[in-house]
Amino acid sequence: MNEKVETLKKELKEKLEKISSLAELGAVKAEFLGKKGKITELSSMIKDLSPMEKKDFGKLLNEIKTFAEDLVQEKQELIETMIMNDKLESERIDVTLPGTTIKCGSPNMLEGMIEDLEELFLNMGYDVVEGPEVEKDLYNFELLNLPKGHPARDAQDTFYLKDDELLLRSQTSPVQIRTMLANEGKSHIRIICPGKTYRRDDDDATHSHQFTQMEGLLIDEGISLADLKGTFDVIAKHLFGQDVETRFRSSFYPFTEPSVELDVSCFNCGNKGCSICKNTGWITVGGAGMVHPKVLANCGYDPEKVSGFAFGFGVERLAMLKYGVTDVRTFYLNDLRNNSDRKDV
Amino acid sequence: MMRISTSWLNDYVDISDENLRELADKITNAGVNVETVEEYNTPNLVVGQILEIEDHPDSDHLHVCKVDVKDEVLQVVCGAQNLKKNMMVIVSKVGCVLPGDFEIKKSTIRGVESCGMLCALSELGLEEDTPENHAKGIHELPADALIGTNPYNYLGLDDVIFNLDLNPNREADCTNHIGFAYETASVLGKGVEMPEIKSHPIDDSVKDELEVDVITDNCPMYNARKVKNVVIKESPDFIRERLTNCGMRSINNVVDISNYIMLEYGQPLHFFDADKLGQTILVRMAEKGEKIVTLDGVERSLTGEDIVITDGVKPICIAGVMGGANSGIDDNTKNVVIESAIFEPLCIRYTSKRLDLKSEASRRYEHGLNYEYTMEAIDRACYLLEKYADAEVLSDTITYDIVDKTPKIAEVTLSEINTLLGLDMTLDDVEDAFINLQFPFEVKGEKFIVTIPNRRNDVSIKEDLIEEVGRLYGYQHITSKMPSLAIKRGEYVGLVGLRKSISKRLRSLSLNETRTYTLISPEMDSKFGYDRKMSIPLLRPMSSDKSIVRQSIVASLLGVYEYNVARKVKDINVYEIANVYSNVDEEDTKLAILMSGDYISNVWQGVKVKVDFYVLKGIVSNLLDYLGYQGRYSFVPSSEISDMHPGATAVINVDNREIGFLGRVHPSVCKKEVYVLEISIMKLADKKTRPFKFKELNRYPSIVKDVAFVMEDKMSSSEVEKEIRRASGKLLSKIEVFDVYKGENVKEDEKSIAYSLTFEDETRTLTTEEVNDLFNKVIDEVCAKLKLRIRN
Repeated sequence: MNEKVETLKKELKEKLEKISSLAELGAVKAEFLGKKGKITELSSMIKDLSPMEKKDFGKLLNEIKTFAEDLVQEKQELIETMIMNDKLESERIDVTLPGTTIKCGSPNMLEGMIEDLEELFLNMGYDVVEGPEVEKDLYNFELLNLPKGHPARDAQDTFYLKDDELLLRSQTSPVQIRTMLANEGKSHIRIICPGKTYRRDDDDATHSHQFTQMEGLLIDEGISLADLKGTFDVIAKHLFGQDVETRFRSSFYPFTEPSVELDVSCFNCGNKGCSICKNTGWITVGGAGMVHPKVLANCGYDPEKVSGFAFGFGVERLAMLKYGVTDVRTFYLNDLRNNSDRKDV
Repeated sequence: MMRISTSWLNDYVDISDENLRELADKITNAGVNVETVEEYNTPNLVVGQILEIEDHPDSDHLHVCKVDVKDEVLQVVCGAQNLKKNMMVIVSKVGCVLPGDFEIKKSTIRGVESCGMLCALSELGLEEDTPENHAKGIHELPADALIGTNPYNYLGLDDVIFNLDLNPNREADCTNHIGFAYETASVLGKGVEMPEIKSHPIDDSVKDELEVDVITDNCPMYNARKVKNVVIKESPDFIRERLTNCGMRSINNVVDISNYIMLEYGQPLHFFDADKLGQTILVRMAEKGEKIVTLDGVERSLTGEDIVITDGVKPICIAGVMGGANSGIDDNTKNVVIESAIFEPLCIRYTSKRLDLKSEASRRYEHGLNYEYTMEAIDRACYLLEKYADAEVLSDTITYDIVDKTPKIAEVTLSEINTLLGLDMTLDDVEDAFINLQFPFEVKGEKFIVTIPNRRNDVSIKEDLIEEVGRLYGYQHITSKMPSLAIKRGEYVGLVGLRKSISKRLRSLSLNETRTYTLISPEMDSKFGYDRKMSIPLLRPMSSDKSIVRQSIVASLLGVYEYNVARKVKDINVYEIANVYSNVDEEDTKLAILMSGDYISNVWQGVKVKVDFYVLKGIVSNLLDYLGYQGRYSFVPSSEISDMHPGATAVINVDNREIGFLGRVHPSVCKKEVYVLEISIMKLADKKTRPFKFKELNRYPSIVKDVAFVMEDKMSSSEVEKEIRRASGKLLSKIEVFDVYKGENVKEDEKSIAYSLTFEDETRTLTTEEVNDLFNKVIDEVCAKLKLRIRN
C-alpha cells in the first residue's frame, strides 16, 4: 500500500512538472483529486482492511490528499505568477516619451508682478482701487499741486484728448485724488492703485509710451516718514529677499513733501557695485514721500490733523529688475515663446 | 542735466581737500543727484621723460628710447619723428587701455623689446586721427610736468565734472555754480565766498546815453549798464576751459563772459551792440503778427503772449528766448549795453515752447530767478569785461524794479519736525541744519522762525523746511516702524475682484494673458464693428499707429496672433482684459479672447483638440458658470458683425441682454481659422449673481430616453431644445446633445441631432409607463410643431 502511495506521489510530481497552463493543471487536478481521481479512488480500498489497518490507512490517505492538494496549489500560484509576469511584460511602456501637455495659461509678467504685490498689500489692509485712464487734467495734475505751466509737468509729457481738459493719465496718482475726494476727509485711507499710464516717450529698450504704475496711499493721524520706511522695508524684502537693505534719498515730487527716492541695496552684487546698480551698490526702485499739505487740503483733509504717505513703483522697472528683462518692449510684444508656467511669475 | 566744474566750484566753496567721488555721494544722498563724476584719469598713463634715443638696428624709421617714468626706466620702440632728448611725453605703460579697447602689452618690434608706447593726442581720443595730426608726432608736455603723474593735468583736463540730474524744484538754484556751492557748503558745513564784482567806472553815466521803459507786468525787473571800447578777442584760458567743461562753446571774450556769468549766478545776461541799439529800450508785449529775425537768421512771427525788447519801435530781442540779428555782438562791436532782467517764467515757457527755442537761458528764466543775483550779475559782467575785454565801464545802472522784496518767512517747531519725519532730533540738531543751509533763523522756545533765502525759490512752507532739515540731518537716522492701524484684510474695490476671478479661471483653462497698447492705428480701430461708438483720437499723436484710444481689444489680439504666427508659434490661445474708451470719456472694461491652432495636443499619441467655435463657446460657458450665471446666458446667431464669419458668429446674452460676441474671424481677414470673443465686463457685472447655496441631490431614480430628430440644415438646435422643454414640462431635468449626423437616411440639406432626455421628480419614483407616454407625446409635439421627423 505504501508503495502504491509513493508511486502516486511520484507520478503527480512528474505530471505537474511537465505542465505550464491553468487548463493543464485542471486536468491533472481532476486526474488525481477529482471524484474519480486516482487518490480519491484509493479510499475505496479501505473497506477490505482490518480495523487496525483501517486506522493506519486513513492516516496515509489524509497525508497523500494534503500532499497532493498542496502541490497543486503551489503549482497554481506558480502558473498565475507566470501569467501575471507575461501580462506585465506585454504592458511595458517607454516612460521617457513626452507626457501629454496640459498647460495652464500664464499671466502677463506685469500682471503677475501686480498680483504678487496686491496679495502683499491686501494682507497689510490696503484696498486695491482702480481709476479711469482717460482722466481730467484737474485730477491728473491740478489737485496734485501741479498747476498749469508748472515746470514739473515737463517731466510728464502728456497725451491730451481735449486741450487742457482731458488726457491719458500720466500717473496713477489721480486715483489717490479720487479716493480722497470720495472720502470727503472723513475716514482714514489705505489703498494701492495699480494701473496703466501714458507719456509721450518714443518706445525703445528703456522707454515705453505706455507703462504701468502701482501707487499706494495711507492717511491717518500721526503718520510719519518712519511708517513709510517700515512699509517700504516690507515691500523691498518681499520683492528682493530678506537680506536687502533699504535707503531713503531726498528727492522731489510736487505732491509730496518731504519726498524721497526708495533705494534697495543691490541684490545682484550685495552692495559691492555691478552693472545693475551702476557701481553704486544701490538701486532706485520707486519714489515716495509725505502727502503735500496742499494736496490734503485740495481733497478735503485737514493737514493740521492728519498726515499720510504715498509711494509709487514702476511695475516694468520692478519686473525688469526681478526677472532680468532687459527690454521694456518685451512686456508688450506678447511673444508666447516667452511664457513661463511658473508660480513665481 | 547740468555740468558742474569742480575746479570752478572751488572758487566759492573750499573743496580742495575733498575726495570728489565721496563728495558726490554725500551731495546725492542729501537730495541733489550727482549722476556721474567725469574725470580724466587713465590707469598706467603717466608723464615720462625721454633719457636716450637710439636708432632701431633693424629699421630706418623706428627709434629705441629709454624713458623715465619715475619708478623705472622703460625701453620703448617709437616711430615718431619729433623725438628729442629730455622731452616730456605721455607714456602708456604695459596694461594701459587706450580708446578703442587698445591694450598696451609688452612686445618685440623687429627684435627689440618694447615696454609701452609714447602717445599722440589722437591716440588718447583727444584729437581726430587725421594725416595732419598724425604728422605732428607724439605730444610734447611742458618741461615742468612732473614725471610719473597724470598727464591730463597738463592738457587742461584736470577738472572733474559733476553731472547733475536735477529735480525740477532745484533747477532754479543748482543750475549755477554759486547756487550749487551753497548746496555743497551745506553738506560740508562750510561757508561760501562770493566772486569779485567791483569794477572801476569812468565818469560817464549810462543814464545820459540810454533810456529804459517797461510797459508790461511780465517784466518785474530790468537792469541795464553800458561799457565802451571793448576789445573782442579770444577768452582767457580759464573761461574757455570752464565753458567747455560745462558743455558750452567758446565764441569770444565778450560773448563768453555773458555765458560765464549765467553758469556762475544762474542769471542770463543779454549783450546788445550799443551802436546798433540806439538810445532807447522799451520792454513790452509783442503785437500779434509782429516779426523779428533772430540771431540764427530765422524770421519769427510773434504773438501777444511774447515779451519783446524793442528799440522803441521794432523788436530787437525776444525776451529771455533769443536775441535779434539786428542788435547782437559781432567782431566789430565796440560798445555794449548789458541787460540783466527778470521775466515772467510762464511767458518764457510758452514762448520758448511755441517757437521750439529751448536754450540754457530760457531754461533759467522759466524756473525763476533770484533778484539779488540779477543785480549782482550785471556788476560782475562789468568787472569781467573791464578785466578781460579792456572795457571802460560807465557809472550807474538803469534799474526798473517792481519785484516784491518782502522776506519769505516760515515757521516750524521741533515737534512738528520730529512728528513728520519720525525722528528724535534735538534743538541743536535743527539749529545745525539751518546754520549749514545758511538760512537765517530765530529760535523761540522750540519754534524756529526761518527767513528763506531768495536763491531757494523752492522752499516756502513749513513742510519744505522740515524736508530741508531732514535731508541734511540724514534719513538714515530714521528707525523703521509700521503704521499702528486697525488690522483688516484689504479688498478689491469695484470691478477689480471680478476681473481677477475671470483671469484666474481663464488661465486655468490654458489661456495666456497678454498686455497690448491702448493706443492703436485708425486701421485697427476700423476692425470688428461690434457695438461701435465714436472713437477718441489723440490731439497730437506721436505717430499714426498710436493715434486712437481703442474701444475694442480684438484688433490688438489679432496683432498678437500675427506676431506669434510669424515666429512659428502655432497654438495661440490668449486673452486680455483692459479698459476701453469711446464717446469722449465713456469707459468700459472688456474681456477679449483669441484662439487658434490646437487647444490640447500630444503629437506622438495623435491626441488633439483643435480649436473651433465650440471650444471657445465651451470656454466662455465654463467661465460664466464659474462666475455664477449658469442657465442665464444664451448664444444667438449673428451675421451682422463686420470682419466676422457670417455663419459662425453669435452674440452672447445674459438675462436676455447682449454683453458681447464670439465667433470665427472672417476668412478675408484671417485665412486660417481664428476664433475671437469680446464681452463687456461692465455689462456682465450689472447682472448680479446669488451666493452659492447647496442643493440636496434627488433621492428618486431618473429615467433617460434618447431620440434623434431629422431637421433642415439651417434649423438651430436651440429651437428644437426649446420645443422639447416646452412639451416635456417640469419632469424633464436635463437635455444633452450626444450626436450630430449627416449621411445615410438624411437628405443633403438636412441634419440629424440626437438628444438624450433625463426625466425625474424630486418627490417620487416615476413609472416607466408615464415616462414612455410623456416621451412619445414630446416626440409627436416636436415633430408636428417644427415639422421634423424621427431618425430610426
